[in-house]
Amino acid sequence: MSELTINDALTAPARPVTRAVPLRVLIWRRFLRHRLAVVAMVVLGLVIGSAVLAPLSRYEPTEQNPTNALQPPSAAHWFGTDDLGRDVFTRTLYGGRISLTVGLSATLLSLLIGVIVGMVAGYFGGFADNLLMRITDGFLTLPTLFVLILISTMLREVPALGLTSSVMIVIFVIAVLSWMWPARIVRGEFLRLKHRDFVLAANNIGAGHGRIMSRHILPNTVSLIIVQGTLLVAYAIITESGLSYLGFGVQPPTPSWGNLLATAQTYALRAPWLMIFPGLMIFITSMSINYIGDGLRDAFDPYAAR
Amino acid sequence: MRTYFLRRLLHAIPLLIVLSVVLFLVVRAAPGGPLAQAERNPNISAEQREALRARLGLDQPLHVQYVAWMGNVLRGDLGQSIKSNRPVTDMIGERLLNTLLLVGTAFILTILIAIPLGAVSALRQYSMFDYVVTTFSFAGQSVPVYWLGLVAILVFYVWLDNPFTGGPLLPAGGMYTVGGPKTLADLAWHMILPVSVLCATWIAWYSRFFRASMLETLNADFVRTATAKGLPRRSVIYNHAGRNAVVPLVTMIALDLPAVFAGALFIETIFSWPGMGRLFWEAARGRDYPVLMAIIMINAVLIIIANLAADMLYARLDPRVRYE
Repeated sequence: MSELTINDALTAPARPVTRAVPLRVLIWRRFLRHRLAVVAMVVLGLVIGSAVLAPLSRYEPTEQNPTNALQPPSAAHWFGTDDLGRDVFTRTLYGGRISLTVGLSATLLSLLIGVIVGMVAGYFGGFADNLLMRITDGFLTLPTLFVLILISTMLREVPALGLTSSVMIVIFVIAVLSWMWPARIVRGEFLRLKHRDFVLAANNIGAGHGRIMSRHILPNTVSLIIVQGTLLVAYAIITESGLSYLGFGVQPPTPSWGNLLATAQTYALRAPWLMIFPGLMIFITSMSINYIGDGLRDAFDPYAAR
Repeated sequence: MRTYFLRRLLHAIPLLIVLSVVLFLVVRAAPGGPLAQAERNPNISAEQREALRARLGLDQPLHVQYVAWMGNVLRGDLGQSIKSNRPVTDMIGERLLNTLLLVGTAFILTILIAIPLGAVSALRQYSMFDYVVTTFSFAGQSVPVYWLGLVAILVFYVWLDNPFTGGPLLPAGGMYTVGGPKTLADLAWHMILPVSVLCATWIAWYSRFFRASMLETLNADFVRTATAKGLPRRSVIYNHAGRNAVVPLVTMIALDLPAVFAGALFIETIFSWPGMGRLFWEAARGRDYPVLMAIIMINAVLIIIANLAADMLYARLDPRVRYE
């Protein structure tokens, strides 16, 4: 190896200046390196796009045509027709609107409850923590699906609550039985962060509890909340379709991916296409979301090997 | 340690009491309560209805009713079904074993398959095998179990034929062939599809979990030490990495029990399996609240017991775990 002289150093081409890159951009770049997650994002984009553009379809989702019932897939009806002659392709797209809406809304509501519970429990500790965590543990020991079915059955029979729409009931019920996971995660993060110097500093300059929780600690937990939220969306979509499939979720004639499957079983022999397409949409959507969640987890994790 | 578990047990009691109060109030408040039939019947006079109320104890204050109801529950009397007028305990008793048979078989198979899959996947991280297992596991975690069940029926009942008899390859539901003898072979025949579908989704979860767990122990210091002191690789993998990787599985199984029951509900409904899940579904359709409550209560108790048992087992398996 030759010796490096001062002259060499002076004549060497200037090193490119490393410019500061915002964390957001760094995370985005790391996410793009996870190829499957990127593919998943494109697929999910297509699913969402198709749901948004559903009204462009030639048919109405509830338009019946009994003379044209149970037709196999063709150029006119891409996914075939159901027992009432309705276009399954159109109904699947409209079902996507409902299923995706339920998935997103239930997740947001669940995160809202979970984050507040987790924040209060982790930040204040002591009695509040004890009480809230007992409640959380209690909810975690419930046989979730059974309780979901019970509550949605009962809510429908109590008109005084004003929850007339089955979609609203499903959103509410899923959120009420899934906030425990984000609550536990947020609590753990708050326990970890609340004695850090920056919290102490904020406290010293006179910031109140509410401000410290929401402005100083919460932003540090955002990455975990986003990953958890992604997984919750997939969970909510699968749960909604499961409930609707069993007949306790979104009620017909409003189509959702789940209740489309409910009628499909009756016609398994004569019209298998009825069960294939809506289920495939649930499968593709939740698989994309899971891959995106995986990609996000890697992108946020400063120690990830990728 | 003993005191820790006694305390845990004591913690579980308020939980069960709160749950039972809520369930009790729901049964009482539910439309179609114990007197619904009597109220609809024009042949029953107001006095007779009052007498019936008094006999059923419904004229007592709520807390007295609750204590009486709780006493019955503790003695194993879970009330009467509104629809069939039969004791709920009997109805569940008939179904519980069927569920345990289905879920137990699927679960044992899952563990037997998922652990080797996850282990090999971890040992050959980023290999072709690992890639295939991981992809399968992602797919299995994303596929709705009820849809997988429907597709399984479509393929193995509707599309594929038995080459010898010309009938469907596999039965689409039930426990025994209708009208046939109730043999063990027939039962196993009917279990193939529901058990396979349950296994497919559970193996996806458990193999992934065990892979992660195994990767963690493979990189642990004690495994490096074992390798460094010259132990054969077999011994390092089985006795050092593998054994320690199994421990977290115990907690996972207990925490997963609600999901296991949910899977059973779907599969029993789709495959007309006469178990507790299907009973629940039938009861929910018929608004049979006492049955619904009883099943939820039983499942909740099972989950609490499983969690407690998992914690105890965890302490036995891992001497580093100390509860105080």
